[in-house]
Amino acid sequence: MISVYHYMILSAILFAIGTFGVLTRKNMIVIFMCIELMLNSVNLTFIALSRHLGNMDGQIFVFFVMTVAAAEAAVGLALIIAFFRNKESIEVDDFNLLKW
Amino acid sequence: MYNNLWLIPFFPLVGSIINGLFGKKIKNEKVIGSIGTLAIFASFLVACQNFFGLLGSEQKVYQETVATWMTVGNLNVEWGFLLDPLSALMIMVVTGVGSLIHLYSIGYMHGEVGFFRFFSYLNLFCFSMLMLVLGNNALVMFIGWEGVGLCSYLLIGYYFDKKSAGDAAKKAFVVNRIGDFGFLCGLMTLFWALGSKGVWTLNFVEISENAHLLQSGGVLITVVTLCFFLGATGKSAQLPLFTWLPDAMEGPTPVSALIHAATMVTAGVYMIARMNILFAMAPTTMMVIAIVGAATAIFAASIGFAQNDIKRVLAYSTVSQLGFMFLAMGVGAFTAGVFHLMTHAFFKACLFLGSGSVIHGMHHGFHHAHLHDDPQDMRNMGGLAKKMPITYWTFLLSTIAIAGVPLFSAFFSKDEILWWAFGSSRGHWMLWAVGVIAAGMTAFYMFRCVYMTFWGPQKTNPKAKDHIPESPLTITIPLMVLAFLAVVGGYVGVPAILGGANHIHHYFEPVFGHAQELFHISAHGSHAAEYSTMAISIVIAFIGIGIAIYMYLKKPELPAKFTAAFPGLHKAVFNKWYVDELYDFLFVNPCKKIGTFLWKGFDVCVVDGVVNGCGWIVKGLSSGLRYTQSGYLHNYALAMVVGVVVILGYYVFG
Repeated sequence: MISVYHYMILSAILFAIGTFGVLTRKNMIVIFMCIELMLNSVNLTFIALSRHLGNMDGQIFVFFVMTVAAAEAAVGLALIIAFFRNKESIEVDDFNLLKW
Repeated sequence: MYNNLWLIPFFPLVGSIINGLFGKKIKNEKVIGSIGTLAIFASFLVACQNFFGLLGSEQKVYQETVATWMTVGNLNVEWGFLLDPLSALMIMVVTGVGSLIHLYSIGYMHGEVGFFRFFSYLNLFCFSMLMLVLGNNALVMFIGWEGVGLCSYLLIGYYFDKKSAGDAAKKAFVVNRIGDFGFLCGLMTLFWALGSKGVWTLNFVEISENAHLLQSGGVLITVVTLCFFLGATGKSAQLPLFTWLPDAMEGPTPVSALIHAATMVTAGVYMIARMNILFAMAPTTMMVIAIVGAATAIFAASIGFAQNDIKRVLAYSTVSQLGFMFLAMGVGAFTAGVFHLMTHAFFKACLFLGSGSVIHGMHHGFHHAHLHDDPQDMRNMGGLAKKMPITYWTFLLSTIAIAGVPLFSAFFSKDEILWWAFGSSRGHWMLWAVGVIAAGMTAFYMFRCVYMTFWGPQKTNPKAKDHIPESPLTITIPLMVLAFLAVVGGYVGVPAILGGANHIHHYFEPVFGHAQELFHISAHGSHAAEYSTMAISIVIAFIGIGIAIYMYLKKPELPAKFTAAFPGLHKAVFNKWYVDELYDFLFVNPCKKIGTFLWKGFDVCVVDGVVNGCGWIVKGLSSGLRYTQSGYLHNYALAMVVGVVVILGYYVFG
């Protein structure tokens, strides 16, 4: 029988994979996909616990997260295109302007 | 009364602003000079109206408040004006002599760079001086007191491209500050002393009315009056703060006449007269004032013996005459002191303007011959009587007046002072003796001055000799008016013993009568004593004149012989008794050393060290921290993850 614990563990694994990807990958699009993965692992947690606790708040929250994720995808991709136009690259190692 | 007292300082202020702001654009000397002169003349007319109104009125003390200045706790200060016989006389002197000197300046300052600046300052000075004498409370007086000091500084340093003028201006300002410090201390102590008795006031009328709350002859009143007197010594160039006045002669001559002879330097005398009741309550202070006054009179007169610069002779003469006024204040002869202030304003202004006229002529001559001789040095003059007759006669009349020759103005005022010094309940025969000797010395050095300038052979460089003209009318008219006043000005105070009505005594009765009656200050003595002191001072004056004429006119080789016989004495007098050097040694150089130490030691090491040290510490710390900011996304992301893990760990395991 699949219980709420299994969902939790799956979600944790997905989140860890996403985090690891963000920290290690160099390609901006892959990093971006890893962020989506982290968001969706959180969504999975929300849904599972919502069902488990019989409370609809979590599911409503998921809609918000998905909306935000969609908006983020739009902005993020736009940024990536802008970067590419600037430097002909989407490797994060080529961008180190984020300092004093 | 007329409700227009505020107009008196207002006109010069307006004149000063117009000339100061727009003078550079106006350019035309006649317009600028007219604005300045008319402004002060308008004040003179208003002053006349008020003066004669006061003469005819029963009410002798009249106050007018324009606005409230500030109200802080118990302190309530108003922009108020006070008209009483004392201030009425002062405004007449300031605006009257001021108008003449403004008129004179039009001729004298002709062609100077910054003509407008001169008139702006001069009007500003008149404004400040009128605030000083008209203010009905000590703080408004203090505004004027500081204002005249500022204008004095500005005008002494008028030729600011000359180093000596700049130094003299600074010296005048700094020495005055020492006095002003005393004035402020006295002011605050008085305010507190009266306040602790329940009367918080700075108003002169109220101070006089409530002075009895303070213990007469007590320590407090003595300290207060001594502080005020310190202020007076600074402003009025008394021992030990007189050194700035001779140096102040670096300013243009009309300035010397107006500020450093007729008006500003008498502010100290006026201030003591204004607060006469407080001073009458402190016999110790009065004694100090009398001694300082007498000492200054004789000390300055002695320096006048050996000066060769015509303006410096007059400057030391001014210091000496101010000493007489303080002697008068010190022995309780308030009326005589202010009387002498008035006559002195006439004859000394005339003398200064006369010397200015001479310098003007000499300058013209030297300029014509392309020489660079000193136009102020009396050794270059001599025999000018024929060249500039009007200047000569006015100068001579004023000299006769200052020497104390009977029937001329200073005879009456000086004799009144000497009689009080002898016969007053606060006087002493030694004060009188010093005064008489100083009077004789005055007669001597003034006639020496006349001789060296106007009589005897002309020692001017032959090239310039025949090109010394009489000055223009704008210069000679004020001279004639002032000489006339110097001759007749004394007749308002002919003493009863000579069959006079002593108008000025009755005139000042409302101001000084109360204090003199309360503390039994009066000049006692038989008629015989009064006659004999008068006779002695006349004889001494004539002896002084006689010696001068004998030494310089009959036996011109005598002065040189005398100098050769006492070289040390002559050198000491010529160098002003080395007072400046002494002060340099005692005060100026130690102050400079402390200043240098504070600059190079304290400021550079400690203050700058702390400031720069803070900068270095922050810089050092941050240069280490900046390595944490790489700019790479991964580092930041890792930092965030680590942060989240730490926080979560804290919640879960903490």
